[in-house]
Amino acid sequence: MSDSASRRHFLKSGLVLIPAVTLAPQTVFSSTPAEGGAEDKHAGERYAPRFFSSAEWAFINAATERLIPQDELGPGAVACGIPEFIDRQMETPYAYGLLWYMQGPFLSDLPAELGYQQKLTPREIYRFGIKACDDWCISTHAKVFAQLPADTQIQILHQMEAGNVAMNELSSALFFAQLLKTTKEGYFSDPLYGGNRQMAGWRMIGFPGARADYMDWVDHPNEHYPLGAVSIDGQRA
Amino acid sequence: MTTLSEVDVVIVGFGWTGAIMAMELANAGLEVVALERGEMQDTATTANYPNIIDELAYSTRGKLLQDLSKETVTIRHSVKDTAVPYRQHGAFLLGNGVGGAGFHWNGMSWRAFTADLRLHSHYRERYGASFISRDMTIQDYPVTYEELEPYFAQWEDVAAVSGKAGNIRNSILAGGNRWEAPRSAEYPLPALKSIYGAQVFGKAADALGYASFPVPAANASAPYTNQYGVRLGPCNFCGFCEGYGCYMYSKASPQTSILPALTQKKNFTLKPRSHVLRVETDSTGKVATGVTYLDPQGREVFQPAKMVILCAFQMHNVRLLLLSKIGRPYDPVSGEGVVGKNYAYHMNSSVNVLLPKGTQLNPYIGAGAAGTAIDDFNGDNFDHGPLGFIGGASVYHLRTGGRPIGQSKPLKDGPNWGEGWKASVQNDYQRTLPIYAQGTVMSYRDTYLSLDPTYKDSHGQPLLRMTFDWHENEFAMIRHAIDGATQIGKAIGGEVQVNLRKSGSRFDTRAYQSTHTTGGAIMGDSPANSVVNRYLQSWDVHNLFVMGACAFPQNIGYNPTGLVAALTYWSVDHIKKLYLKNPGPMVQA
Repeated sequence: MSDSASRRHFLKSGLVLIPAVTLAPQTVFSSTPAEGGAEDKHAGERYAPRFFSSAEWAFINAATERLIPQDELGPGAVACGIPEFIDRQMETPYAYGLLWYMQGPFLSDLPAELGYQQKLTPREIYRFGIKACDDWCISTHAKVFAQLPADTQIQILHQMEAGNVAMNELSSALFFAQLLKTTKEGYFSDPLYGGNRQMAGWRMIGFPGARADYMDWVDHPNEHYPLGAVSIDGQRA
Repeated sequence: MTTLSEVDVVIVGFGWTGAIMAMELANAGLEVVALERGEMQDTATTANYPNIIDELAYSTRGKLLQDLSKETVTIRHSVKDTAVPYRQHGAFLLGNGVGGAGFHWNGMSWRAFTADLRLHSHYRERYGASFISRDMTIQDYPVTYEELEPYFAQWEDVAAVSGKAGNIRNSILAGGNRWEAPRSAEYPLPALKSIYGAQVFGKAADALGYASFPVPAANASAPYTNQYGVRLGPCNFCGFCEGYGCYMYSKASPQTSILPALTQKKNFTLKPRSHVLRVETDSTGKVATGVTYLDPQGREVFQPAKMVILCAFQMHNVRLLLLSKIGRPYDPVSGEGVVGKNYAYHMNSSVNVLLPKGTQLNPYIGAGAAGTAIDDFNGDNFDHGPLGFIGGASVYHLRTGGRPIGQSKPLKDGPNWGEGWKASVQNDYQRTLPIYAQGTVMSYRDTYLSLDPTYKDSHGQPLLRMTFDWHENEFAMIRHAIDGATQIGKAIGGEVQVNLRKSGSRFDTRAYQSTHTTGGAIMGDSPANSVVNRYLQSWDVHNLFVMGACAFPQNIGYNPTGLVAALTYWSVDHIKKLYLKNPGPMVQA
């Protein structure tokens, strides 16, 4: 049939990208903090944000690192490039609210089960949320969020999550949910988007990334999968 | 407005039902035009490796889904409430583009039970008329399983369905589903290989006396050439079915099963980016003259046609009928009218079994229908008498993949972020075996579809409004199925966590549940109780046919695509045999 030519083509291109060789087994514990590395941190700093101002950028770097801290299981959010991921996402149709139905009227006081009913886009949630959080931190702790000790930051994040940080434009729970959602996306999405650097998120759980071919390993129930992760652009873990 | 020259058939929407209709009617020699409002998409261009293996783009941002900024539905829980827009994809994922949801579905392909198709009669006969609660508006399908059987078989060939028969001509076969309705033959392909979790589930279920069987999968277990001469390749368990096109040409879709043959036909034209606004009728209102649509430049075009076939998604077909003022809209107060009546859904819950440390479930090894099921809690396969509810659920373990953004989570009671979150997610990922229950939702007097009085789409037409909430019957049904799933979980061993949708909870539009929305243009035996007759022909407009799950009088305890496809093949066969020879009502009202 007519699709056989294109089928051969993808098989061929698939083989070019991922040769059928067995890479050294990669345990999920191999991603030590050292490997995540100081170099990556600097890489994060080298990235020039397009959406976030320098004050906002300081907030994003501090807050995401508290949400996904560096630990014995691998690098934290900053080394993983999550701030860069979020900044780049802010320039996509998603962040402009263009994937959502955004016509009014916007009714309030509805059951939560009816879903998101506000007119704020992710860009606005970030912009208003960071400003409101920093204002709140100054009035309660005399410093912006990024300048507070890590323990205090964690405590504030919990308060935001519970909706207990007063904000004018939005609820702190909405801002926190947006921040956490995008942070995890940055940890687990293909490195193509700037996060999940060195596929640290995938290695942490043992996801082989874009391999997407387990014809052989379906015959090995309950056995450790031997190949490391690959990314869409051919990086290997 | 431009008026094109008349064609024999215009098809509105090009997913599974549109592709089947187009193929069969083009094969019959008719000139067929299909209008699809979304983009052209095909395997080589839209589902190519490695670009398709991109969870953020496809699952998270919904690259293949309907653009809700242009059109969505509104939802309310009861007739007393004001409906508000479904602004973000959540509970259900509407498809878009060529192939529709059939391009990015999972591929679970079921037949209905014999009793499902005569539900009202069956329950009345076995349990008595008083067993059916008065607020229910359930009714029989006006077609029997025996009549549909050849069409299920035809669909399974086209979709290269892989499975193991449990009942061939009333002979019960080991390894298959002993509860299934009699089949005329084995599945076209042997069942998919059993993933590890499915082996664990099946063993525990069998030890308890249930008969586990492989989920029938439109994910080809081996190369297969279907009746149209189109060849599918074997599934490699890549774990990227739902939300994705299949780069392996293994998951049945209009693209992998029909289009390569259909697009070679000179009497078939597919027009993407063509948005149908309404069906036009003549001055009598009893004959469709064609459809008016917006072409890719946004210009209004009239496409005259001898026959109009609505093949859009369930909700969109209902909306088109309402916008075209064809059929009497349903009124929940008087109970009169039919268009929008009997909207139904699926009721799901699950049980998670935490297997011992060191277990390697390798959850990324999966496919949309890679799983093992039991039907002992489904249909009327158990005595409902002492239980007091109608319906049931299929209970199964399924591994569609281990995609990390959407398919990893912390352990129950584990931290959702910060210290300990990574360890919790890592622990859960390899060890948690979910058991799902997907169950029926009956139709009720107060669950229906209508046009929204306030919110509009990007063309200024009213959005569809859904009025829906759960009823006690469904909470009881799912509790029973989850009791069974819990029993299997305990037999597997390890910690069992029950996620049961509790009585009194409201329909929650935020978290994904199921895209198996049904009803609104139901089939029946009289114009007083239905929109279309047993051949899916409009009672009001004889040259208008309406396909899809909108025809279900109430939902079944299975994914609907198998029944949707069988009904489409049944309809088109009778169009060819009866209607084309003598156009007019095929059933006298």
